[in-house]
Amino acid sequence: MGLITEPNETKTDWKKIRSEFPILDQQVNGHPLVYLDNAATSQKPRPVLDALLRYYERDNSNVHRGIHELSNRSTAAFEGARKRVAQFLNAKSAHEIIFTRGTTESINLVAQAWGSSHLKAGDKILLTEMEHHSNIVPWQLLAERTGAKLSYVPVTGDDGLLDLSRIDSLLADGVKIFSMTHISNTLGTINPVRELCAKARALGVTTLVDAAQSSGHLPVDVREIGCDFLAFSGHKICGPTGIGVLYGREEILNDMPPYQGGGEMISSVDFFKTTWNVIPHKFEAGTPDMAGAVGLHAAMDYLDAIGREAILRHDQQLASHALQRLSEIKGIRLFGPPLDRAASHSERGGLVSFLLPDVHAHDVVTIADQYGVALRGGHHCNQPLMRKLGIQSTSRASFYFYNTLDEVDRMVDVLKKIQKFFTRGI
Amino acid sequence: MEFEELYQDVILDHSRRPRNFCELPEADVHIHANNPMCGDDVTVHVKFGADEALEAVTFTGNGCSICMASASMMTQKLKKKSRAESTELMQKFHEMLTAEQEPEGDKRLGDLQLLKGVRKFPLRVKCATLAWHALQEALDKPQEKGAHLSIEDEM
Repeated sequence: MGLITEPNETKTDWKKIRSEFPILDQQVNGHPLVYLDNAATSQKPRPVLDALLRYYERDNSNVHRGIHELSNRSTAAFEGARKRVAQFLNAKSAHEIIFTRGTTESINLVAQAWGSSHLKAGDKILLTEMEHHSNIVPWQLLAERTGAKLSYVPVTGDDGLLDLSRIDSLLADGVKIFSMTHISNTLGTINPVRELCAKARALGVTTLVDAAQSSGHLPVDVREIGCDFLAFSGHKICGPTGIGVLYGREEILNDMPPYQGGGEMISSVDFFKTTWNVIPHKFEAGTPDMAGAVGLHAAMDYLDAIGREAILRHDQQLASHALQRLSEIKGIRLFGPPLDRAASHSERGGLVSFLLPDVHAHDVVTIADQYGVALRGGHHCNQPLMRKLGIQSTSRASFYFYNTLDEVDRMVDVLKKIQKFFTRGI
Repeated sequence: MEFEELYQDVILDHSRRPRNFCELPEADVHIHANNPMCGDDVTVHVKFGADEALEAVTFTGNGCSICMASASMMTQKLKKKSRAESTELMQKFHEMLTAEQEPEGDKRLGDLQLLKGVRKFPLRVKCATLAWHALQEALDKPQEKGAHLSIEDEM
């Protein structure tokens, strides 16, 4: 079956690409693995695994400190990865790239270092109702420390769009920072971050974009988006776990106090007084995840060789097909922008959340797993959104470029079996 | 397949039509328990009799079929049981799901033995034990009449 029907995509050999992911070639519970939990974490292609092994076999040494050859090599690899991230995001300079452990730490860094020095009692922090816990809780902690208040851009309902009818007045209400997700990990919605950042900027509001679900799935250009901060994780874009990125505009980073204290982040230390290193090192205390950066570099090369435009179209095609097939199940509740909006390809990324009638998400996921289909069931770290939608949990299938239309069909067939099994005797 | 052993008719029946699924205004204690990992959320209501036996046990809330069926069967099983008997049954049930060696069947557990299949799904054990943990809290500590407690399941 040809995966991509658009003529300009005929050159992409998706089958060959898939074969470069060793983990996908296995049986789970006696069935070929269908891995559809990519929003949680992605799998790693051979070139990323090779880069990690090569680093440890040849170049491993601490960065920035040694003068010997291996230290030169690891420093070059680490700083080379930073340059590559800058290019990946179209940042102005590599100084604007801070390595962290992941999106969560990146957001915490901003909430602590920027927030503590820029917010005072009564200031507002604006979020959206579709944020992951990692883009809510750090701000709640900051609000507790500073006396700032949280406010939220509402979500319309099951359609999963941001209700922007009151955005201007929300932003004008003493907001100092607006932190928003680019793609919702539960609804699949692609938010209009460029427009939102422009509105915020016009009012002098600082912006942060949570790109955990977007950076490996569509072209992300921080200068085009016009955000002040942007965060993502390596492991969701085919890179290793434990490495993530915070992009920050140079002026704003220069203006921030450090995040953690330790080696690497200092310029000079006296017993009673320390001066800080320049950015980005000011924000990178301690030995960083060097191998992680090397692996992330390989992952970005891998994704860009395919092209993130092509990846987006592929994922969206799978999501549209899934939505279409899932609507065959009578009584199913689908979340996120509906098919007609998904078809326009501007408002929905490659994931689908749903509730089967009369079957709890937990039970769906347990049985799907028995057929080798890996789904996610639960609140997806979106408890406030779940409450708003009046549900406890959903099942979620999240796609990536190595998934196939055939896998989507297999998932739907399994879901139909589950539905039948659970409603027997009703 | 193994899941067919897990989701037997009796279990599905309890999850669709849970027994003793109601508030209990005259309860001596209400214990709310939730599993933050997945969102299962139940409250167990207990009224003790003059002899300290469990005169009435009901529950309310939301959860997956395993969680609801286990809670439903628990309320039926423990009604009119003494504290000592309840504690013993609770231990038996727990062992059935978590002991390294699968214990011999225990007739006193009755239909609850049908939940033994959960053993093969370690991530689902929490679902089956959630209501039981709430009940344990009620039995372990002396409470003021009408107390509302809350636990986060940690097992």
